[in-house]
Amino acid sequence: MLSKRIIPCLDVKDGRTVKGVNFVDLRDAGDPVELAWRYAQQGADELVFLDITATHERRGTTIEMVKSVARQLNIPFTIGGGITSVADAEALLNSGADKISVNSAAVRNPALIEELAKAFGVQFVVLAVDTKLVQGRNMVHLNGGRLITELETEDWILKAEALGAGEILLTSMDHDGTKNGFDCILLDKVAKSINIPVIASGGAGKVEHFTDLFLNTDVDAALAASVFHYGEISLPYLKQELKKHNIAVRL
Amino acid sequence: MIGIVNYGAGNIFSLTSALERLHLPYGMINEEGELDKYTHIIIPGVGHAGAAMRKLEQTGLVEPIKTLKKPVLGICVGMQLITSHSEEGDANMMNIVPVRTRLFDKELGIKIPHMGWNNIRHKNTSLFEGIENGSQFYFVHSYFIEYNPIFDIATADYGLPFSAGVQKGNFYGVQFHPEKSGTAGERLLKNFSNLKE
Repeated sequence: MLSKRIIPCLDVKDGRTVKGVNFVDLRDAGDPVELAWRYAQQGADELVFLDITATHERRGTTIEMVKSVARQLNIPFTIGGGITSVADAEALLNSGADKISVNSAAVRNPALIEELAKAFGVQFVVLAVDTKLVQGRNMVHLNGGRLITELETEDWILKAEALGAGEILLTSMDHDGTKNGFDCILLDKVAKSINIPVIASGGAGKVEHFTDLFLNTDVDAALAASVFHYGEISLPYLKQELKKHNIAVRL
Repeated sequence: MIGIVNYGAGNIFSLTSALERLHLPYGMINEEGELDKYTHIIIPGVGHAGAAMRKLEQTGLVEPIKTLKKPVLGICVGMQLITSHSEEGDANMMNIVPVRTRLFDKELGIKIPHMGWNNIRHKNTSLFEGIENGSQFYFVHSYFIEYNPIFDIATADYGLPFSAGVQKGNFYGVQFHPEKSGTAGERLLKNFSNLKE
């Protein structure tokens, strides 16, 4: 049986992780390789690195980081942030990334999804969508929720699937940071409307939120950052709890 | 030493990294003459099976590979290349293992690609030595190898049972990515490197 995946997300800038990470015995909390390895040891099924490097010139350091991660890590990982072309994606693929995620660049140029899928296969292309409720409608937002677009979230996701997205990473901006649980209603609606996997993001605060998510929706994976970084939820404990609820997990 | 067939289908950085972590030496095979330099051969592959087959044909390696007597392991699309035919691009494959590569049927209520960790039931062949039955491996694919009891050495379920591992003589194939499948995957690569001709 296919397991539900648990995916810690790390923000990286200039090849270093940012935001505090609270592992007690880390030598260097900013070292993405050490962190990634630690999460892999604890049972993470996959990792996402979100590259927030500001300038194009510094992207080289990201490539070096991706290579170091790929050398050390024996689980798959995705890298997102700032990918605007097939050439950007190819450099990451050749450095060992299993998947890339695109967000704003795909909104501005939907053909990018198609080009990436044709060049590398749909399994390589994750579409990240940030959604926020505006006057009762779920609308796609950019820049971490600051910029609204004219796209309705569910329409955009259907279009992206048709263009060749292989997976959807859906972040609810209304839930993100609240630690009050995932947006199960929207997530389930989206997961049932498409035929590709969905990663849920935004709102994880405690173990029950993950159980609720997997018991009440058809999503395939859950992504979270701070609850893992600050040690509020330990991966092995989370997996055990999910298993107790008969949710398929990898132990 | 392991030789990796280098025919330009997909990235092999993760595979070579895994071999390095396991301290297994390897080299690249670009043409027929280089096949003799290695004791074990890996055929990697990501992407479109039909396109991969065309690229492999262009290297002139198809016929020499078919006559090999040493252990050969196809991974993912590399496994599909050793089957008879793939529905992806309606393409004839190398036909080393006479089974077909077929597209998952979304009518079975499954999402495609089959992406993530799934458990397998293996038949205790040398390739799976020391790997607990029911272990999980990382899969990412939209096409699968039809189950055939004669050649199946590991089975997984996704809408239907399919072959996660096949063997015919010295030819092996795995649909999952051992290089991304944690310690179980690393053990499988190690086991492969220990197979005798």
